[in-house]
Amino acid sequence: MNPPPEASPPPAALPRPRPIRPPGPLVIAIDDVAKLYVMGEETIHALRSVSLRIHRNEYLAIMGPSGSGKSTLMNMLGCLDTPTSGRYEFNGRNVAAMDDDELAAIRNREIGFVFQTFNLLPRSNALRNVELPLIYAGLPPEERRERARQALADVGLGNRLDHKPAELSGGQRQRVAIARALVNRPSILLADEPTGNLDSQTGVEIMALFEELYERGNTLIVVTHEEDVARHARRIVRLRDGLIASDEPA
Amino acid sequence: MYELTEAFRIALAQIGAHKMRSALTALGVIIGITAVTLMGAAIHGMDVSFERSLDLLGNDVLYVNKWPWTNMVDWWNFVNRPPILPENAARLNKIIAATPHSLLEVSVPVCVYGVSVKTGTHQASGVFLDGTTYAYARLLTADVVEGRFFTPEESDGGRQVGVIGADVADTLFPGQPAVGQSMMLGGQPYRVVGVLSRQGPFLGRFSYDNQIFVTIASARKYFGTPRNGGTEVRVKVRDPARMDDAVDELIGAMRRVRGQLPGERDNFTINQQQAFKSQLDPVKRVIALVGLFITGLALSVGAIGIMNITFVSVKERTREIGTRKALGARRRTILLQFLIEAVSICVAGGLAGVAVTFGLSLFIAKSLPNLPVDLSFALIAISMLVSVVTGVLAGFAPALGASRLDPVDALRYE
Repeated sequence: MNPPPEASPPPAALPRPRPIRPPGPLVIAIDDVAKLYVMGEETIHALRSVSLRIHRNEYLAIMGPSGSGKSTLMNMLGCLDTPTSGRYEFNGRNVAAMDDDELAAIRNREIGFVFQTFNLLPRSNALRNVELPLIYAGLPPEERRERARQALADVGLGNRLDHKPAELSGGQRQRVAIARALVNRPSILLADEPTGNLDSQTGVEIMALFEELYERGNTLIVVTHEEDVARHARRIVRLRDGLIASDEPA
Repeated sequence: MYELTEAFRIALAQIGAHKMRSALTALGVIIGITAVTLMGAAIHGMDVSFERSLDLLGNDVLYVNKWPWTNMVDWWNFVNRPPILPENAARLNKIIAATPHSLLEVSVPVCVYGVSVKTGTHQASGVFLDGTTYAYARLLTADVVEGRFFTPEESDGGRQVGVIGADVADTLFPGQPAVGQSMMLGGQPYRVVGVLSRQGPFLGRFSYDNQIFVTIASARKYFGTPRNGGTEVRVKVRDPARMDDAVDELIGAMRRVRGQLPGERDNFTINQQQAFKSQLDPVKRVIALVGLFITGLALSVGAIGIMNITFVSVKERTREIGTRKALGARRRTILLQFLIEAVSICVAGGLAGVAVTFGLSLFIAKSLPNLPVDLSFALIAISMLVSVVTGVLAGFAPALGASRLDPVDALRYE
């Protein structure tokens, strides 16, 4: 699915110096995590041994070619999946020992997902899409509507509340998805190739929005194979063959 | 709680988005529920008309006959019995009068004939003519709505007076008062002294409204005395709650009337409403079970349709399920969402099915009045319950599958 890496164009000049916010409390602590998939007689080591600490106020990019284990790591970080071995603590709670419903609660309250393909519900308008996590959180309708409206206004879509996804451009759809990810005030925003389905201009706009979100105090993790996208982050973790190859400031 | 209303919204939106598919799926349920409710209505209607018919026999009346109403096995025993005679009733009344604290009130003889009756202008054939005494007034299940029953004097004197059923009155004297008019029975003029209230058919076969009561003396004079079962003695008991004791007393009294020796088998039968009922109840139950089983098959076909469409719906929306799980939907939430979708289609189909049954039962009542169909409120409630249960049963397997999907796999599903 990932196109082969091309000769990347020179980095766009950033309009102003990028602030770095001091790291807050520890959110994610991964120690010696491994994930195995058994397929027939073959055992695939998607992650061999990964240890990682992520603090609040970080802006992190996870990079790596296909097969490096970055999708597996992202699913693990997003509590969509649990490790085969090792420890994973999210805000001090042991995720590896959680059952499906506890994981669902963590995903609902602590993690905001942004997908490459947006994953909006096609028959619901922008407002209802953004409300969805709040429904699962058990909020009453009036409060849901108010918070969803605010979240959409925060991503610049305050005038598109009643539009269905099909009536929105790609960039607008991704903004709806970002509003949906942030509406429940999660500890981290987890974005998987957020610009992968967008043209380059729109991609730049979305990355500018991410920059803004970071400066407003959100914690961002972006999974990508594009250097251009990763360059926006303050810290880049590179994976290769299920191991961390490098972990350094951008 | 909010998840529940959300699940309903999703279900309605989903049905709305696939109108044709939902309608076709619901059609299976419509057919099933229509079959079940129609069968239920027919069984209930049969039951109601059966009960009403039995009420016409009277719950406080014992019938002394040569033949039992229900058991025909011992035919040779019954056919050789001496006939029941009208005089048996008179003897019986003397014994009752002589018995202190008798449980029996009065007995009357009834001779039954099939006759034609006419006036100068109108005629009715196939009418039941009952010759009896004035005391029969105490056994009547109908009211005398016009005039009166005949008096002891008329009865004892064998006067040619008659009390007619509602159908006979309509046929012979349409649109005019019957009392005081004259009618010809077996070539003899009879004066109408009373008309009975309408009672409806008995088990849908013959009607108590197609009946004439005349004095037994005049009937025997002109039509003879029927011997092989055409004459019976009817006995009114004082307290229906002590029916068994009353039957015992009546058997003893009848054996005296008939001059039977100790050890001899009774040469008569005491028939009663209750025994009739208990004989027919198991038959009714079998009819109901078989009918509901067969129509239940139709419903199960509808249920399979629901199950199928729910599987399709889950498959189509695998990625959506993945997204919802990523956003925090629990297993229960997803399960509920698809269950409610299946139940909604089922309930919509059930409502439509009940509506169809309602229309059909109106049509049947109008075009075939003798076919009893009765769509009760309870039946509607039960069929709605059946719809919900069908939806839950049919939707459960696919909904459970959806709830157990792995979020990573579901998100990756193309």
